Amino acid sequence: MKPSGYALDATFAALADPTRRAILARLADGEATVTELAAPFAMSQPAISKHLKVLERAGLITRGREAQRRPRKLEPRPLAEATDWIERYRRIWEANFKRLDAVLQELKNKQKKAVDALLEDVKPKPKKRRFK
Amino acid sequence: MTRPAALQVTTPTDRELMMTRVFDAPPGMVFDALTTPDLMKRWLLGPPGWTMPVCEVDLRVGGKYRYVWQNADGRKMGMGGTFKEIVRPSRIVATEMYEDYWTGGETLVTTELVETRGKTTLRTTVRYASREARDAAIQMGATKGLEASYDRLEELLQA
Repeated sequence: MKPSGYALDATFAALADPTRRAILARLADGEATVTELAAPFAMSQPAISKHLKVLERAGLITRGREAQRRPRKLEPRPLAEATDWIERYRRIWEANFKRLDAVLQELKNKQKKAVDALLEDVKPKPKKRRFK
Repeated sequence: MTRPAALQVTTPTDRELMMTRVFDAPPGMVFDALTTPDLMKRWLLGPPGWTMPVCEVDLRVGGKYRYVWQNADGRKMGMGGTFKEIVRPSRIVATEMYEDYWTGGETLVTTELVETRGKTTLRTTVRYASREARDAAIQMGATKGLEASYDRLEELLQA
């Protein structure tokens, strides 16, 4: 399936909240009920339900069929599309920044040489030169 | 974090993208490497095979910049914008807009440099102007045609 911009937008909006990311992390270990999901947070069940609705609308989670428990389950596909996009962006910039590391190293070497040359000029000449 | 230099990419809000990276150099030096055309042409290149034949930077508030990248087939990609804030060596705010296929609008890019014991943490926040611009960016990133380039990049990174 081709990723759509709007679907990704909903995914990123859903992922922007730390509570929702924690819920997803919990669901990555297996399905869980609303009560189970609310347990680790200092939040009311309705507040957790609100977060679950956002995650559901983004297609990140679904509800199980069991009438009583309605356990929530992680849907891996939208998450994979979002992280794939970030991963590509990250790779391009990592390559740029590795080249920038090399440029900075060269600037530091040049600066060190200039400082060394300056110090060589001002310091009193030793009787014996160790090098040269 | 096991590697202090590792690049972090996060999405703090639905319209922002944030990159954080530590460089082993003082902020003034990093600032210069980010804003001096002769130095930028050596690292700001993107996928393998691309060069940066045009890099013009008028580094003052209200000043403009323009970059053009070119690949081996002669394909070109241009981008430009205006500087809104410049505080050497700690902060740059500039607008950014791609010239051809990116019609979604401008982004606002905030670059912050923070020194810690001689090293510099570089934080770049890209703020999309509208939902449409954000969608355009995501659609572009999802384009399958770019995959060959990324595969080559993968090889390079593993080499």
